[in-house]
Amino acid sequence: MDRRRLGCFPLAFSFLVIVVLLAPILISVAMSFTSADTLTFPPVGFSLQWYQAVIHGPKWQDRLPVSLTVAVASSLLATSIATLAAFALVRGKIRGGNLISTLFIAPMIVPAVVLATGMYFVWTKGWSLGPITVGGRLVGTIPGLILADTVIGIPLPFILVRASLGSVDLSLEQAARNLGASPFTTFTTITLPLIMPGVLSGLIFAFMSSWDEVVIASFLSSPRVSTVPVAIFQQLRETLDPSAAAISSMLLLVSVTLVGLLSLARRKPAQLKEE
Amino acid sequence: MQSVETHAGFSRTIGRALRSSPLLPLLPGILAIVFLFLWPLGQMIYFSFTDPTVGLENYRRFFQTPAEIRSLGTTMWVSFLATLLCAVIGYIYAYSMANSSKAVSRLLMGAVVLPMGVNLLVRTFSLQAILRDTGLINELLKSIGLIQSPLPLIRNTFAVSVGIISMELPFMVLPIYNTMVQINRKLLLAGEGLGATPARVFLDIYLPLSLPGVFAGSLIVFVSSLAYYVVPQLLGSGSEMFLSQDVSNWIQLQAEFGYGATVGVILLILTLGTLLIASLFMNIDKTLSETTGAK
Repeated sequence: MDRRRLGCFPLAFSFLVIVVLLAPILISVAMSFTSADTLTFPPVGFSLQWYQAVIHGPKWQDRLPVSLTVAVASSLLATSIATLAAFALVRGKIRGGNLISTLFIAPMIVPAVVLATGMYFVWTKGWSLGPITVGGRLVGTIPGLILADTVIGIPLPFILVRASLGSVDLSLEQAARNLGASPFTTFTTITLPLIMPGVLSGLIFAFMSSWDEVVIASFLSSPRVSTVPVAIFQQLRETLDPSAAAISSMLLLVSVTLVGLLSLARRKPAQLKEE
Repeated sequence: MQSVETHAGFSRTIGRALRSSPLLPLLPGILAIVFLFLWPLGQMIYFSFTDPTVGLENYRRFFQTPAEIRSLGTTMWVSFLATLLCAVIGYIYAYSMANSSKAVSRLLMGAVVLPMGVNLLVRTFSLQAILRDTGLINELLKSIGLIQSPLPLIRNTFAVSVGIISMELPFMVLPIYNTMVQINRKLLLAGEGLGATPARVFLDIYLPLSLPGVFAGSLIVFVSSLAYYVVPQLLGSGSEMFLSQDVSNWIQLQAEFGYGATVGVILLILTLGTLLIASLFMNIDKTLSETTGAK
């Protein structure tokens, strides 16, 4: 008997919360199949015309490749950087390690608009110190968006890889070293496979943070080079027609797929360790 | 032969570098953080003191403009309100989760974690579709004759709070749940054994022991709420702005870069100040890691 008796109020309340959280999402999906010209619930008839309108719209055909390129490149970069850093900080006894860890988590804490403003200045004018200026002209470019999303992608892989490193049996690494493997070989053949679930879920989180990012992207994109979320954000500010519901539902499908992948990535070896 | 040797030599060099300096794998991260994160923030702070004129002029202007003070007030007040409501709702939810059968508990966990993976714009849109004047709720109330004209459910603080609460609830529920499942049940049994009523046991033992989770969740929710931009932009009124909207307005629409940077610095100070004060009482890194780890 390890649970307190639960009155029916908390449980009923919690189910109400679930309804309030989930119902709007389901309702907006239902509305995307309407054959009417306005957003209504229940939807009138059934049609896929709004999906067709979205898919054939030129805006989306331009932006989808940008969004995908940026999300793939930035999540790979962020996860590699974060994995190496987490490894260095957990295994090497570095002075000031706590402060450095905080810095790797900080992009998650600083308000997106604040970071976007700073990046907008630097991406426009370049890194300048006194008379020397390097770079610049990155606003409205794919590399500019990739660099920005790499920064905001770092914290989650860092946290997740750091946690998986903490649960790796150190004697396995020591055994490899005693048998003559170099630290590099030990890392690639012993440590990396063991922390792979953490790395993969970090990668998916980093992908999601870039794919869903709208604030920084709206500062750093131009009418020519822009991402899917920025376009949706603009549309939601102007008109609400069923095409917005159709886009939402398609994004929802992407989100559900990613969450599914995430639970796959986290399940396999995690069960060996935790339970 | 030579290539094998070079290869071995190469990997030995890397090995030595790794052994002698654990800093090497840290290098890309440090570079990224310094040049892509700290540098932009520094640039923004620098601009706030130098553009268009050197000095504190931008800050003076901010604190002497009633609209800006109102925006600062709205940001803090709505964030506080959302945090408070989130704490109450989240506490009851976490309590049900921690004290129900395994199946129900899993269901509740799934239902609160699942929406976290859903794109923020999708969720905000779905709230827009429900709350607007011709949305589901107003149409429903109209059709059963309860109201003649639509209730003002959108473009106000109410809608923004609903939006923030529904986005932030998981970050409140998870830390509270984590502390609740760690509560030693023997303490509760001891209380009951000594004759305390269930209400006393809850108030004197269970509640105090679960409060650390409430504090951790509240900190995360409050700090994240301060930064909200998309939700107030889509669900709020144009007159009551969050600081984030204010920054974007000055930078993107008015192109007053120094002043926009100043508002940004003030939002940054608000965020970091809250965390700094909180860090006197709790371990921030641990709090953040545990909440995100539970995802």
